[in-house]
Amino acid sequence: MIEVQGLTKSFGDQAVLRSIDARFHPGEVSCVIGRSGSGKSVLTKCIVGLFEPDSGSVHFDGRNFTAMNRDERVEVRKEIGMLFQGGALFDSLTVEENVRFPLRMFSGWDEERIRARAAECLQRVELDKAGARYPSEVSGGMKKRVGIARAIALNPRYLFCDEPNSGLDPQTAIVIDTLIRELTREFKMTTVVVSHDMNSVMEASDRVHFVHGGRILWNGTRETLLAGGPRELEDFVFASALMRRVRSAHQT
Amino acid sequence: MRVLYHIGRYTQLLGAILRRPARGKVFWKLLVAELEAIGLQSLGIVALLSVFMGAVICLQTAHQISGWIPDYTVGFTVRQTMILEFSPTLIPVILAGKVGSAIASQIGTMRVTEQIDALEIMGINSANHLLLPKVIAGVLIIPCLVVLSMVLGIASGTVVALATGVSSMADFEYGMRIDFKAFDVVYALSKTTVFAFILTSVPGYHGFYAQGGALEVGQAATRGVVWSVVVVMVANLVLTQLLLN
Repeated sequence: MIEVQGLTKSFGDQAVLRSIDARFHPGEVSCVIGRSGSGKSVLTKCIVGLFEPDSGSVHFDGRNFTAMNRDERVEVRKEIGMLFQGGALFDSLTVEENVRFPLRMFSGWDEERIRARAAECLQRVELDKAGARYPSEVSGGMKKRVGIARAIALNPRYLFCDEPNSGLDPQTAIVIDTLIRELTREFKMTTVVVSHDMNSVMEASDRVHFVHGGRILWNGTRETLLAGGPRELEDFVFASALMRRVRSAHQT
Repeated sequence: MRVLYHIGRYTQLLGAILRRPARGKVFWKLLVAELEAIGLQSLGIVALLSVFMGAVICLQTAHQISGWIPDYTVGFTVRQTMILEFSPTLIPVILAGKVGSAIASQIGTMRVTEQIDALEIMGINSANHLLLPKVIAGVLIIPCLVVLSMVLGIASGTVVALATGVSSMADFEYGMRIDFKAFDVVYALSKTTVFAFILTSVPGYHGFYAQGGALEVGQAATRGVVWSVVVVMVANLVLTQLLLN
């Protein structure tokens, strides 16, 4: 479980996170939703240590990550997989080499075993035939899938996904959502997905955290989300006609 | 104050770069790739510049001294200019443009496309992983390029001197040998090694802390080149004072 307590973060005079408290459970996909600029990505980056919070703490299964030094954090980070918005694949490496990279750095396995594991991960995301291609030669959806394959290569306990569906067509987005949900169940990972795509939230999430004004204004399950909540949440969730129809259908 | 801030942050970055690599095998692979990128791919421009500069120095010297200073001065001047200043200083300045801009833009692009964040998330010291191979490769290969530049410059000066008749072979050879100090080569290679460190680490610094998009990466590359040249020039003065006095 990932436990966030009293997390605050400011950039200059601008307070982005104001005392965030949240819990993310293993085997569940927790979606962090909110408008652009609400602080969702900053929250994720503070949790994984890419930004240092001004105050508060983050515990990974009881381990106080915030209080750790760089070397101690390395051990926790080996258990973290992250899917970035743009994929963040290494341009100079092929798809397969991208997946092999964390294995080479940390597994201590021989080349044959590394190759086999990379092939297994690529097969899991149905990209076993694209291994020899470079990131510039694959589509946006494929990049995301390679990013997932790289993220799960070391069997992480925690998976973070930053806008996994941005820029993807609805069909490809569903493939990514399904993959994230299945992998979370399969490996009992604690998965945190940052998104403002309500289709994706309804597709993949077990639990939802709504960030507004640097605070978690609401949290609950996907089903309770349809019952509504504070005005800010309703404005965000039911902004689209599709979601309004889903609510109507749910209520009747 | 801004300069002090950058010096402090650059020093911190050096602290992160100059550490033992996490995986030796991965480091060697990257080092070999960088030796090729920085060294082999710069051979052409270094050779071209050195050949033409050696030839021009020869002709200019002959033109200046004609009739009132002994002809062997042509060989002497070509040798001294190439060994003391052209090869060890101007070649690194030119490489700051070629290699420095490539390093800053590559690292800057990796920063803005979150590839550096991806490394950090994996628990990898990204500065060490990305920049150490470049710095080591530069320090190893750029002095070799400078030696090649010296040889080619002097050789082209010799050919031009003989072809144009501004000096006889005997005079040119005498000038090349007269008052030769092996320490001059040591001095040249010592400062080249320092310049190589500067022209790989300073652009790396500007790329590493780039923020934004394509425009900012371009600006980071420009800053990387400009500051490399400035720091190389300051270091040239300081090292010359220290080593030659």
